[in-house]
Amino acid sequence: MIPLAFDYARPDTLDDAIALLAEKGEDASVLAGGHSLIPVMKVRLGAPEFLIDIGRLPELSYIRLDEAAGEVAIGAGTKHRDVVNSELLAAEVPLLPAVARTVGDPQIRARGTLGGTLAHADPAADLPAAVLALDGTVVLQGPRGKRSVPIGEFYTGVFTSVREPDELIVEIRIPRCGDRGWAYEKFTRRSNDWGIVGVAVSGDRIGLVNMGSTALRATATEQALAEGRPIAEAAALAAEGTEPPSDTHGTPEYRTHLVQVLTRRALETAHGQR
Amino acid sequence: MSILGTRVVRTEDPVFLTRGATYTDDLTDERLTGALHLTLVRSPLAHAEITSIDTSAALESPGVVAVVTGADLDIAPALLFPGANKAMTRQFLASDRVRFVGEPVAAVLTEEFYQGEDAAELVDVEYEPLTAVIDPLEAVRDETLLFPEAGTNTAAAYGHGTEPDPSWFDGCEAVVTQDIVNQRLAAAPLETRAASAFWEGDRVTIYLSNQNAQGGRDEIAGWLGLDKDKVRVVLPDVGGGFGAKIGSDPEFALVAWLARRQGRPVRWNESRSENMTGMVQGRAQRQTVTIGGTREGRVTHYRLDVVQDLGAYPRLGTALPVFTRMMAPGTYDIENVESRARAVVTNTTSVAAYRGAGRPEATAAIERAMDLFAAEIGKDPAEVRRLNVVAPDKFPFQTKGGAEYDSGEYAKALDLALTEAGYERLRAEQKARRERGDVRQLGIGVSSYVEITGGGAYAENASVEVHDDGSVTVLTGTSPHGQGHATAWAMLASDQLGVPLEKVTVKHGDTDLVPQGGGTMGSRSLQTGGVAVHQASAELIDLAKQRAADLLEASVDDLELDPANAAITVKGVPGAKSVTLAELAAAEPLKVDTTWDGEKPTFPFGAHVCVVEVDTESGKVTVERIVAVDDAGPILNPLLCEGQRHGGIAQGIAQALLEEVLFDEEGQPLTGTFADYGIPSAAELPSFDLVEMTTPTPINPMGYKGIGEAGTIGSTPATQSAVIDALSHLGITHIDMPLTPLRVWEAIHSAAEGSK
Repeated sequence: MIPLAFDYARPDTLDDAIALLAEKGEDASVLAGGHSLIPVMKVRLGAPEFLIDIGRLPELSYIRLDEAAGEVAIGAGTKHRDVVNSELLAAEVPLLPAVARTVGDPQIRARGTLGGTLAHADPAADLPAAVLALDGTVVLQGPRGKRSVPIGEFYTGVFTSVREPDELIVEIRIPRCGDRGWAYEKFTRRSNDWGIVGVAVSGDRIGLVNMGSTALRATATEQALAEGRPIAEAAALAAEGTEPPSDTHGTPEYRTHLVQVLTRRALETAHGQR
Repeated sequence: MSILGTRVVRTEDPVFLTRGATYTDDLTDERLTGALHLTLVRSPLAHAEITSIDTSAALESPGVVAVVTGADLDIAPALLFPGANKAMTRQFLASDRVRFVGEPVAAVLTEEFYQGEDAAELVDVEYEPLTAVIDPLEAVRDETLLFPEAGTNTAAAYGHGTEPDPSWFDGCEAVVTQDIVNQRLAAAPLETRAASAFWEGDRVTIYLSNQNAQGGRDEIAGWLGLDKDKVRVVLPDVGGGFGAKIGSDPEFALVAWLARRQGRPVRWNESRSENMTGMVQGRAQRQTVTIGGTREGRVTHYRLDVVQDLGAYPRLGTALPVFTRMMAPGTYDIENVESRARAVVTNTTSVAAYRGAGRPEATAAIERAMDLFAAEIGKDPAEVRRLNVVAPDKFPFQTKGGAEYDSGEYAKALDLALTEAGYERLRAEQKARRERGDVRQLGIGVSSYVEITGGGAYAENASVEVHDDGSVTVLTGTSPHGQGHATAWAMLASDQLGVPLEKVTVKHGDTDLVPQGGGTMGSRSLQTGGVAVHQASAELIDLAKQRAADLLEASVDDLELDPANAAITVKGVPGAKSVTLAELAAAEPLKVDTTWDGEKPTFPFGAHVCVVEVDTESGKVTVERIVAVDDAGPILNPLLCEGQRHGGIAQGIAQALLEEVLFDEEGQPLTGTFADYGIPSAAELPSFDLVEMTTPTPINPMGYKGIGEAGTIGSTPATQSAVIDALSHLGITHIDMPLTPLRVWEAIHSAAEGSK
């Protein structure tokens, strides 16, 4: 329960943080809310030599409407709680606060950040699948400047992404949803558990939680909907192309079944049929 | 009006809720100054020979004062439960063989707490893996032995003197049999295990987080080869136990031994991860029930076979089948009852008591059997229960399980619960949903239960003293780990003495203050320790009257307590001379020590109805309602009582739906964190519908029975039954606990496959 010794710095500006990250390279881990990183360190599954704490950088905590781009821009350090309580997000991208509301419990939502959970790349996390359904973009910044990566190209595997070790996620951009229907079906044993399976729907885009090594889109279902097939028929294709994991909460067979049920329910809700 | 039976708010709460309690790890006793911190190196394998231990690198680690292995110890391996196979002893640090993941193999002592884990990682232990035995049904076969010198994995067997007679059920019109898993549970108290020790000369003081100071002292003294008076055990505030803090753990004795070896105090506080493998766990029975009777619904035969999983080293778990067998027939008047049990060791964490300890297992078995029997003969499960419960005119009732039930109104409790739940309406609603083919089906589960409280330790002592300032000190041999003894015992003393509650101080859990005591377990406190406080207070008034007689120039028989003034006065003479208890105490110490011995246990009982919704597409269960009739006789403090019932019901529902300790085939724990182990939160539970019923016991003058475990015992089978009931129209008759979404879906899925 005691991590290995490490050094720690809390830069005052984003530029300082990026410079420090460039200097420390792969020896450093970035600390935001800490709810994923600290437990890993405490059980000694991870032992970064250096922690760069960006959890209190004011530059990373904001929620703005970019009218010109037709997007909302969310600072990576924005806490789940602030996403949940944002009237702007509720009006423009209502799926996002609804999903953020299901992350962990109030204590976790008070500390955890949107950028942190996206960077952590846990396929069982809720928000990557939501951002996937919302067609969001991840903005990375490093010593070579900024670059934008569509969320669909961001993840490469379990806990891995295209983020370079010297890059930080600084912003998440999400297109305005208009009056598109949305829904999130999260299936858990207990209210604060990770989803055994989760299905996030925004219009006809579907993001899946815990159905493979990364957040996934239900592409076969999306295709079937585009062809005008009924929801029940489309939802039955939700597991296509997935590789659901096996653990004490669910077998691959069970997850394959669940994702179809939850996709149907989420689509019915999003399309006002439920 | 008497204070007894009123909702007195817990007097201990202001401290708990503001300043915080003082747990073992919070102690600031100056004699612990400069204490070394103990970190244990624990086995990563479930079954292995230790071939070597190299501590040299660890000794070089910053802050390390000593690294101790089994080779350094001069404490003999101990049999941790006296009734078990004598060869199944445990070393205080394993030096030849480890038998479960988490068994201590070396002790690292450091100047600072945080230095311990770094050093522990550097202790190099070489293991030669052995085949691990995880499944108790495999352990029974003795193919791989944990203790070769024992020649068997069976630590204790009960009722195996005769073989089961295959024709026993021949006369029955209907017979059903079922294998049942009563799964392993973790107690997971908020405060993990902790101990601190220091020596003064040849005498050791040990602070412990425990349920029984006196029992802990006796065990530690025995293991260390010390006279009991050379060991003082003190319990500070204790943050939950649920049975898992009954008795001493080997680590506690090790802490004391290390403090002597090093000549310095030693502190130990385990992590949550260590707790989930190192602390004793509960339940862990495999059962086979067979039930037979008439097609009218009269049960005439019941047989229960139990294999008790003990984990690696026999502990109190060895005794669980004793209670399970005794309570096997439950609330039912069954002519023929037999049971057998075998307790076996496996390469897993040791098993001991967990809230209910042997009785929930008995109740779960008989209640499942009653449901199966009702289904077999096509009758309503509530009706079959009503037909078979012991009639009220038969008490005291000698059961075929070997118990003498003191008092009970089982049919009345059942009917109260059914009425409160609106049983007929629920059945109608269930029928309608089935006819509509709803995705969400309704299930109704009924349990009738009786349990035993204060079993085994019927006597308890108390001392009550009035001081010259009018304050009162109560010493008790029971001690709280969350129950509210300070409030309850003060109420009992206040009621007898006429002293206001706030002037009563309750002390416990220090073997120097209270050398004898049975601690708090088995829901025994009130009916033993509480009655002792009542008796001591009454005796103190008698003593005060004798002392007052001369002063008041009256005969003892003419004196009475004036409760408004905590004074002795002359009966029926307004304005007569009086003398306060404080004045008497000023003249001569006014103190009574007494022992109350009820000589028998009591048998609280009740009935629970659980209503669930099952999402038949996903397998998810939602508990809609739980109606609980729990009859523990007269209630001293309804607030405390309801707290016990709430906690018990929550833990009971959790067993039915959520919790299970799992190991893989090699004995690696799969549920070592709270992310994987399913402790419920309020969000998973409905509000509880508590129904009062009061049937006193004749065993003690107050009529008190125990209430600590009843909620757990009644709610588990009701909840399990409700889920199965929701699915009965699909041909499902049994699903083992916990009824997780996965398991429920698999049952629905295979029922659908089967009917294709």
